[in-house]
Amino acid sequence: MLKTLKNELVPFVKDALKWNFSGSRGYQIYLCILFALMVVGFYAYTIQLTEGLAATGMSNIVSWGLYISNFTFLVGVAAAAVMLILPAYIFKDKDLHKVVIIGEGVAVGALVMCLLFILADLGGIIKAWHLAPAIGLFNWPASILAWDVLVLNGYLALNVLVPAYILFCHYNGREPVAKRYRPFVFLSIFWAVAIHMVTAFLYEGLPARPFWNNPLLGPRFLASAFAAGPALIMVVLIVIHRKTVFKIDSQIFNKLRIIIVVAGTVNLLMLFSEIFKEFYSPTHHSLSAVYLFFGLEGHNALVPWIWTSITLNLTAIVILGFNPGKNNPKILMPVCVTLFFAIWIEKGMGLIVPGLIPSPLGEITNYSPSWVEIGVTIGILALGTFVVTMLIKPALFIEQRFEELHGESA
Amino acid sequence: MAANKKKTMNQKHDRRTFLKGAATCAAAGSALIASGCNNRPLPGGDDEMSVRWKEYFKKNYQLMTPEEKEATIRRLEQLSKLDYDVDASIARTEPRGKVLFGYAFNITRCEGFMDCVQACVEENNLDRKSKTQYVRVFEMENGQMDISTGNGKYFHEVPKEDHFYMGIQCFHCEQAPCIKACPTKATWMEPDGIVVVDYDWCIGCRYCMAACPYWGRRFNWHDPEVPKEEMNKKQHYLGNRMRKKGQMEKCTFCIQRTRNGKLPACAEACPTGARVFGNLLDPDSEIRFVLKNKKVFRMKEELGTDPKFWYFID
Repeated sequence: MLKTLKNELVPFVKDALKWNFSGSRGYQIYLCILFALMVVGFYAYTIQLTEGLAATGMSNIVSWGLYISNFTFLVGVAAAAVMLILPAYIFKDKDLHKVVIIGEGVAVGALVMCLLFILADLGGIIKAWHLAPAIGLFNWPASILAWDVLVLNGYLALNVLVPAYILFCHYNGREPVAKRYRPFVFLSIFWAVAIHMVTAFLYEGLPARPFWNNPLLGPRFLASAFAAGPALIMVVLIVIHRKTVFKIDSQIFNKLRIIIVVAGTVNLLMLFSEIFKEFYSPTHHSLSAVYLFFGLEGHNALVPWIWTSITLNLTAIVILGFNPGKNNPKILMPVCVTLFFAIWIEKGMGLIVPGLIPSPLGEITNYSPSWVEIGVTIGILALGTFVVTMLIKPALFIEQRFEELHGESA
Repeated sequence: MAANKKKTMNQKHDRRTFLKGAATCAAAGSALIASGCNNRPLPGGDDEMSVRWKEYFKKNYQLMTPEEKEATIRRLEQLSKLDYDVDASIARTEPRGKVLFGYAFNITRCEGFMDCVQACVEENNLDRKSKTQYVRVFEMENGQMDISTGNGKYFHEVPKEDHFYMGIQCFHCEQAPCIKACPTKATWMEPDGIVVVDYDWCIGCRYCMAACPYWGRRFNWHDPEVPKEEMNKKQHYLGNRMRKKGQMEKCTFCIQRTRNGKLPACAEACPTGARVFGNLLDPDSEIRFVLKNKKVFRMKEELGTDPKFWYFID
């Protein structure tokens, strides 16, 4: 048993590595660029490590910045895999079933980035073991951050193990045993909602910050993630469709498009409700929203960003809704990139920074990330893209081969 | 017999040296990051690496036995000599029974001199480079009560006409949102009501800072700097001992003073007598007199944090 496992595992890993590092000239250049960006990030991080977080643009007033913004947004991207898993497994959607594995690859990459952004944000990273079970001291269940550590790592495990098992079986030319992995698939559906809600509760649970202390935060997180995540998956699918032999059916694009339009519309509706509440009867608690949308006392760093975000968001949803290109990837691609970027602004810096401005004592300051912070962020994003690539490329090879061998039964 | 004993002792010594060496080697990675490349000998036969290694792997202060507390304090005193060239004496005075500290601030009397701020900076070894202050005083226009309308950065002669002054610092809330937020239990409330931070257990995530409705916490964005000759050597593990970059800190009601029966530095320094500090459980204390006989209120009481810090009007 152990021997056969070894005999099957070693070539599996070897082939995966072979497929990952071989490819066209363009692919090699792409990997080199990612690697170079990771080196930039690492270099920037060494500076932060020696100088402390003083190397960032953060302060005692804006005490969370670019790192936590990206973390928050990427939790959404990670959870979005569920928008493929849910129809594929619960509604037995055959089209989406074929691309579930890609969604899971994107989720793993996003989770790796989430965890790295949290680590990059820590003042004492060498003390991160204080969070580890058994040797550390975990403030569970009181601290929502402790919950978040649990659910993020759990979701990462689910999204690594289930696809790894399925791919491993397919690689060796056999059907995976459903009862071994299906319970975990269903668990991961609930878990995806959990990582979202828990991350929203991080902010929602703080009466000190009225901008975040809002029961709509969790549901809005879900809605915006279920628009931004599938938008990213759509982009990945289009790239695969164009650059590889793995062809994506236009039905899949259509289904993803509908998911994005529905989620995006719900998101905009909730945004409208929030804006109404803040500006119809403005109170002292609306100051953060005023800062975000119009600026306060001459501090208006976020104003152009948020209006850009809202404009792009609306435009993208309208175009996707009317679908003028009839699911033509040439139109879907730029629109999905636009929507992803719009939600990145809104759910990242547009959510985290105004929550901290004005300070609880009413003091106002602008925040702009330092080059060290931007460098580290680029490095982590490159690393996440690298992880997604390394997971999806062998997965495509294995799935393609398995489908050829077993025909439609896959 | 004697020779035998000597041999065992030698063996023991060898083994200890070996273990120490092994620990030192293993520590190299993380300790090097923390300390640079020197491994200087320390008084008492220890060497820097092994002391830093043990410091790195110590427990949360709440879980330490009295012996472990003593040991870490000895190590911290050694490192204080090494890092700052200061012979600090670090206490771990425990809370006294039947004591619950509380604070009251007289907004009629305060004239905004900010002697309290200066006294606090000196007493608590606050970073001079970033001008960290635990205590802040806001100049408020008459007719206003919302602290966010006040001016926390005034540089002119005080008291200013038609203005009054409100001091603010950590309120040591009974229902403290910061304690709930901390993922590693690095901040907690002591039995005498003081909310403290175990600086060495804090991982620097700053969630407590986001959770505090009173802006009561300060983060060390870089290593704090205090001139050697100005450093207060009378320190407490949970109080004014030197912090490092990446750690959270805050007002501790001057734990190193108040647990020895003294007033906090801010209350002692106040020239107008606007600051009242005492034991809430002692019916004869001045603070109990204020709570009973004056018109008092607390800041943002609607948040349910139950601060042990009251404002009052004469």
